[in-house]
Amino acid sequence: MARPSSMSLISQQTGYETKLFYRTPIAAFFTIVFPLMLLVVFGALFGSEEIEELGVTVAQYYAPALAVFAAASATYTNIGIGTAAKRDEGILKRVRGTPLPAWNFFAGVVVSATIVAAVAVTLMMTVGVFAYGIVIYPRTLPAAIVTFLVGVACFASLGLLLAAVAPSGPAATAIANATLLPLAFFSGLFVPPSSETPDWIITLGNIFPLKHFNVAFQAAFLPNTTGSQFDWTALMVMTVWGVGALLLALRLFKWENTPKSGRKSQKKASA
Amino acid sequence: MSAIEITGLVKRYGDVEAVRGIDLIIEEGEVFALLGPNGAGKTTIVEILEGHREATSGEVIVLGHDPSKAERAFKDRIGIVLQETSVEKELTVTEALTIYGGAYSRNLDKNKLVAIVGLTEKADARIGTLSGGQKRRLELALGIVGDPELIFLDEPTTGFDPSARREAWHVIDNLRNLGKTILLTTHYMDEAQNLSDRVAVISDGVIVAEGTPETLGGRELSATRITFRAPIGTSFPFDATVDGDVVTIEAQDPTTDVHRLTGWAIENGVELEDLTVTRPSLEDVYLALTEED
Repeated sequence: MARPSSMSLISQQTGYETKLFYRTPIAAFFTIVFPLMLLVVFGALFGSEEIEELGVTVAQYYAPALAVFAAASATYTNIGIGTAAKRDEGILKRVRGTPLPAWNFFAGVVVSATIVAAVAVTLMMTVGVFAYGIVIYPRTLPAAIVTFLVGVACFASLGLLLAAVAPSGPAATAIANATLLPLAFFSGLFVPPSSETPDWIITLGNIFPLKHFNVAFQAAFLPNTTGSQFDWTALMVMTVWGVGALLLALRLFKWENTPKSGRKSQKKASA
Repeated sequence: MSAIEITGLVKRYGDVEAVRGIDLIIEEGEVFALLGPNGAGKTTIVEILEGHREATSGEVIVLGHDPSKAERAFKDRIGIVLQETSVEKELTVTEALTIYGGAYSRNLDKNKLVAIVGLTEKADARIGTLSGGQKRRLELALGIVGDPELIFLDEPTTGFDPSARREAWHVIDNLRNLGKTILLTTHYMDEAQNLSDRVAVISDGVIVAEGTPETLGGRELSATRITFRAPIGTSFPFDATVDGDVVTIEAQDPTTDVHRLTGWAIENGVELEDLTVTRPSLEDVYLALTEED
């Protein structure tokens, strides 16, 4: 029997990660159902108001914004927490002891998260189309898909960085929530931008990639546009963040928590 | 070529020396036990051989590879049973074997493997529902799913009840019969004695004795010990240590000595209560070797 190819290993790992995802109902709820609930609630509260600068209703703004939020949760939050938890449980150490190439393992993690993100975004936009009158334009669909892929790659890298710096699974959960939720507010995902938005919030949002993800994805669903709606600046910012996060994650990543074996009695012996 | 060659191995954590200069050669097809108390450095040594840790200094060659390079061809030929159980509880037994087995170029038949470790009835059960002993047996199955040449077993039966241990020993015996090289760590004397061809006793990061279970620490040369109880004040026509009513004789020639002792007792009408004839057990040797200074 020959050594299995990377292609077959990655597809096997993707299947395995996806299986783990749907067998962990809490993750599936927060990634897929929770953003949909937000859309329904926000839509009911102030859905028909119009955002003048963009020419869309609030509900039409929220569908892509919450799709972006779901995509970021599916990648940044889930990869970060999931990988740190696997390290806690010693699963990463076990994987490291098998001939599975490390990059095949992580490719499985990222591809699976991308599939989950695609499901969440598709559901969100489908609800947007049928409930709030969003229009999908074939002309801007490539921009929507490319923005989704670049955004997902960026936040997957950030998720790997989160896993690299978090000392444990619970710590990763805390860090993920403490970063993504405030950032979602700063980046206009929960509160649409208006003329009253303070400058410092606009500046803060511009620094981080989430706002760019949202602006670029929104652009593909705005009425009254003509071009293909690629937002090259936003794509560039996300790429820079993604590559930077990935390089840092590769440097900092650990396969197991700090070793403790052999230490206790040695300390006693040397005391 | 030897399966494992260790020369001058040292491992330091900060300023603590966990392994302090180890030389060891393990031949192909051998079952070798590293025996020692907790914290002696057994796991550190094994994890360096597996490629999980890097040596501070010294040379380690495993199946012709430098394990710290983490080469795929190397991982393809070894099987690791970690000390802690660590499997995704959301998966079933068969799924875990399929996924982890998928990375190796060879696989043992899953049904046979599940049968070998006694989990046939649990093949489709979620791992989260298994008992502690069943999880350890799954670990064992995961360690050998890739049909490895060399198997590392880090405390394979710690926490097992006696019957589960017997079953695990049986599995390990079968692996030996397949010609596998096995390196196991344990702090159970009987485990080392039952399973291994050779034993090294580790204490405080160094090997304090090495040999077969029969000869370890000069055990085969030690005197046989005859003990019994006799009324205080009895006098004996031979050398004996008396402690209260407990009498101990170090016998150089046990067959003759026992014959003379019982002959004398019958003649003189002395009842030898609790008469026992023993050689120092591996446990005695081990305790003597690993005693704190």
